[in-house]
Amino acid sequence: MRRISLTVNGVKHDAMVEPRQLLVYFLREQLALTGTNVGCDTSTCGACTILVNGKSAKSCTLLAVQADGAEVTTIEGLASNGEMHPLQKAFHESHGLQCGYCTPGMIMASVDLIANNDAMSDEDIRMGLEGNLCRCTGYQNIVKSVQQAAGEMRSPAST
Amino acid sequence: MTPTKERTIAPPVRGGVGTSARRQDSVPKVKGEFAYSSDLWAEGMLWGATVRSPHPRAAIRSLDITDALTVSGVHAVLTHEDVPGRKLFGMEIVDQPVLAWDEIRYEGEPVALVAADHPENARRAADRLRVDYEELPPLVDPERAVEPDAPQLHASGNLIRHARIRCGDPAVTADVVIEGTYETAMQDQAFLGPESGLAVPAEDGGIDLYVATQWLHVDLEQLAASLGLPQDKVRITLAGVGGAFGAREDLSMQIHCCMLALYTGRPVKMMYSREESFFGHVHRHPARMHYEHGATREGELVYVKARIVLDGGAYASSSTAVCANATAFACGPYEVPNVQVDALAVYTNNPPCGAMRGFGAVQACFAYESQMDKLADALGMDPVELRMKNAMSTGSAMPTGQIVEGPAPVAELLRRVKEMSLPPAGHDAPLDLRSLPGGVSNTTHGEGIRRGVGYAIGFKNIAFSEGSDDFATARVRLFAAGGEPQVEVHSAAAEVGQGVGVVQIQVARTELGVERVTLLPADTTVGSAGSSSASRQTWMTGGAVKSACEAVRARLLERAAGELGGSPSDFSMEGGKIVSQTNGIEVSIADLLGRDSIEETREYRHRKTYPMDPETGQGDAHVAFAFAAHRAIVDVDTELGLVRVVELATAQDVGKAINPLSVEGQIEGGSAQGLGLALMEEIQVSNGRIRNPSFTDYLIPTVLDMPPMKIDVLELGDPEAPYGVKGVGEAPTISSTPAVIAALRDATGRALERAPVRPEDVVGLTEREVR
Ligand code: FES
Ligand code: FES
Repeated sequence: MRRISLTVNGVKHDAMVEPRQLLVYFLREQLALTGTNVGCDTSTCGACTILVNGKSAKSCTLLAVQADGAEVTTIEGLASNGEMHPLQKAFHESHGLQCGYCTPGMIMASVDLIANNDAMSDEDIRMGLEGNLCRCTGYQNIVKSVQQAAGEMRSPAST
Repeated sequence: MTPTKERTIAPPVRGGVGTSARRQDSVPKVKGEFAYSSDLWAEGMLWGATVRSPHPRAAIRSLDITDALTVSGVHAVLTHEDVPGRKLFGMEIVDQPVLAWDEIRYEGEPVALVAADHPENARRAADRLRVDYEELPPLVDPERAVEPDAPQLHASGNLIRHARIRCGDPAVTADVVIEGTYETAMQDQAFLGPESGLAVPAEDGGIDLYVATQWLHVDLEQLAASLGLPQDKVRITLAGVGGAFGAREDLSMQIHCCMLALYTGRPVKMMYSREESFFGHVHRHPARMHYEHGATREGELVYVKARIVLDGGAYASSSTAVCANATAFACGPYEVPNVQVDALAVYTNNPPCGAMRGFGAVQACFAYESQMDKLADALGMDPVELRMKNAMSTGSAMPTGQIVEGPAPVAELLRRVKEMSLPPAGHDAPLDLRSLPGGVSNTTHGEGIRRGVGYAIGFKNIAFSEGSDDFATARVRLFAAGGEPQVEVHSAAAEVGQGVGVVQIQVARTELGVERVTLLPADTTVGSAGSSSASRQTWMTGGAVKSACEAVRARLLERAAGELGGSPSDFSMEGGKIVSQTNGIEVSIADLLGRDSIEETREYRHRKTYPMDPETGQGDAHVAFAFAAHRAIVDVDTELGLVRVVELATAQDVGKAINPLSVEGQIEGGSAQGLGLALMEEIQVSNGRIRNPSFTDYLIPTVLDMPPMKIDVLELGDPEAPYGVKGVGEAPTISSTPAVIAALRDATGRALERAPVRPEDVVGLTEREVR
């Protein structure tokens, strides 16, 4: 067992983990943060996407020990003061989900995407989300949701 | 109660039928708070694991659990001897062992179960189970399976069903005759949330199961039988479902998880990995289809002859119904006077196949639409014109003799997709590599790229056919809280992502004029809703909620008449109030109800259907049909075989869009799955073994594979159905596959007789014959 200490959604955690424990299972089972889903276990689907030090990462591809000292944000930590994040609102309003299993990963990947890109075309959004699979929606409403949120996040009113 | 005299015209309730009301589950889903079956947890729970056969066909000589039991943390190792009740299960034909005991019929067949305090301990124990197998040569060719000297995999023989159509003159001849043999691969539903659930033993000796499924009550019947429990001791609640598409219609871990929980007396959770999921559910039947079409020189269809062989794999699942669909829809939505169809579903030692979106209609559509293109080519006709010329319409007779009664806008849908504007050809300078096949892999700068356009149309039955007693139940309760009327809707309809939850809420809002509608969790304390399959829930459970609301309304108006005088027909419901049509007196629902509530439960049934005659296929087997047409535009790198679908356009009659945004979502998602089958999706099975059980090797369309869509939704209103709805979910999956492949043929001139089309097919390395 190894001791790690990390911040998850603003809360500091010290924990003992098996060196081979995957970060996603640490989050889901030890911290009971089940909003981060597992869809493939092979780093393909993106359902497990979270932010590690502000950058999106597939948490099934990281060991918990790799997150030692890191700032981790999961879907549960995205809303602030009870207000949904613009991406959460947009996915809700623009019907960006059906079963919703891909949604936390889509949203977390999009947070990073929007933060690191200025005005994005639909094509740019598609390129940015290529690592996230959705089996239900055919992606159209996901692209729309991200576009809507990007607009809102950039408009001066929201700053 | 304070009746008032002023009369205000109430605005229609918000979020009712026909609006894109927000889903009731999307806030928890975007916040990560929605509990999928994989998220469940109970105090003191154990983890279950399944031991599966590594061989596709084998005899079990012996099973030894001694070693497995010694692994630390293990609480139970169970085999077939521990199945408390019926040792077999199955939705239509009860032929599948809960745990195998003498013979293994497919790779991955469950042999034993383990419960342990940690999933890793459970898996460790699973590895320590000693099974002595005698490997047998697997029977993997479905054509071989029906030869008389083939080894028999089941006591009933290898033929699950042979469905036929005999219509018109079998000896008729035609001016132009074309033939083709087509294949579709085994497709996986590939829902994103693998199978999982939590079983909790109850004090009454029964069991509570929380599980992601498509049909709670059919699970319940099979569970009770195999657990040896009366049905009232088995209670199932729908847990959050991460997609379904047919794969959750058969049982996966349900009985296993309950067996472990009952045995250990502890809650048990089971959760498949992605790899196990490929072995844990049925897939789309691979099909081999030989077709012969005869037509006049003017392009009128004279006859169709087809032989369709569906590989059912090791167990029957829903093969009989899939086979019936492949038969009934074998000729497509066309008028054909002379039809001979033979469709066979057979047992093999391949993975079991059953329900997947489109259910038998997908396979046939690829074949008949490929034939229509081939015929158009032979006649020198435009392929869309040929289709329109032969299109069925309301009043047409199907080859099964059934008259199509509802709207059948086949020619109209084709006309609409044909007339949609085309995306610009060629590529803007500066060249954006992302717009080319191969993308940023930089495989071409436009050399060798050819554009192709393809069309297809398909159709399929809505709801259950062939005489099944198809019904849905809903309970609706109206009450007042905080001076406001509120409604609770309770049904067992499985929300699997498709949006049947918000549909029920919208129906209740519209019928009762009350905006605050809550949907109770779907469980087995209310009657069956039937399956979330066959594009049926909006119609069936929507219909049940509607009639329960009507019954609630009738009682409310009676009560108003009782309190205010007059007869119930003098009153109407408007905006949370009861208004007298005779004197304008109105009373709020909340005041009228006080502390009482009105609750009604109703079952909704669609019109009766009849079996297809086993010899001729004749019979009114279906209640209604869904139609969709697609146009696909592709760019193909003819040197490397890489493909980019530039655009998909579709037109579909949905009868009535209860929730237009949901409808579009269904059409887009369904089209994506059809595109997947056209271009990449195939469970590769070799000698009975799955070679690609992972998302690394089984590809589904990414956001870059799936192009933007143009969607034209028609609402022609089926007079049979509540609000005129038609099912939406499956039709888009049917015609998208042949449209994409037709576009590839247009671009390359190759025959492309197998779906999915692979790069080596596109460049001609695998061409069987030149057209
Ligand atoms: S679960 Fe991590 S990428 Fe699929
Ligand atoms: S909404 Fe189901 S996988 Fe995306």
